[in-house]
Amino acid sequence: MDKYRWAWFHRFGSPPYVYRIAGLWAPWFAWVAGLSMVAGLYGGLWASPPDYQQGDGFRIIYVHVPSAYLSMMCYGVVAAASAIGLIWRMKIAHTVAVAAAPLGASFTFLALITGSLWGRPMWGTYWVWDARLTSELILLFLYLGFIALSRAYEDSRSGDRAGAVLALVGVVNLPIIHYSVVWWSSLHQGSTKFFGNDAEIQTSMLVPLLLMIFGFTFLFAACLAKRVQGELLERERHSAWAAEAVR
Amino acid sequence: MSSLHEFLSMGGYGAYVWPAYGLAAIVIVINIALPLRRLRRLQADIRRRAGAAP
Repeated sequence: MDKYRWAWFHRFGSPPYVYRIAGLWAPWFAWVAGLSMVAGLYGGLWASPPDYQQGDGFRIIYVHVPSAYLSMMCYGVVAAASAIGLIWRMKIAHTVAVAAAPLGASFTFLALITGSLWGRPMWGTYWVWDARLTSELILLFLYLGFIALSRAYEDSRSGDRAGAVLALVGVVNLPIIHYSVVWWSSLHQGSTKFFGNDAEIQTSMLVPLLLMIFGFTFLFAACLAKRVQGELLERERHSAWAAEAVR
Repeated sequence: MSSLHEFLSMGGYGAYVWPAYGLAAIVIVINIALPLRRLRRLQADIRRRAGAAP
């Protein structure tokens, strides 16, 4: 009995299994992402009323908050996969970390640019060197450092390990980003309370925002699945299973 | 017509709102297109080599 308890875990160490599962899941993730984002865009751009202070300018929230959320969530994925890879010497975990990092970098970039397009009309500036903005910029550099370091070695195992150590050290930046608006005075607003009787956002604005966050998350999952497939094939292109899998 | 114009002007914030959405669309399209292209190339490459081997 004990022998089988971890069978599901070991299956996730098998490249052909993960390649197949990722290929099966990706289209479903993509459909969920597409449908929720279409609904979220309709609600966000059309159905919800203008904000009482920011007019229609607040609508940037529907791309800014999901990408900012994903920038951090994806870093969590990279760091967790790196830790699993280092602790259990699981090659697939490193593959997931390497596959996820460019996605995280792209959403961090998007969060920074949409934030700056939002800051210009509301704060009067595209950029300030305050804690929230600076720590998010550092997150982008952490992603770029991870990507560069994991590709810097001839042997992919050395690159995996070096990148994983950097990813784990960089985890310290996540709480700094999250609490930056509490610990330091910032132009950036604090966290908004989404739920409960004292919620700080109206339902007509909250629902599209949640749909966009949900949609972005599933989009990330779909893209990650395809990237993991590509990374696996690249690393194991000479193996028998790869030839079998692409037939 | 005027409602479309109103929609596009975003209450005067159109110059900030639409670039934000446009850039988001570009980033999303790239995130979808690049992995698919890479995967297709690798699959074709491996298939070609498997066909040549035996």
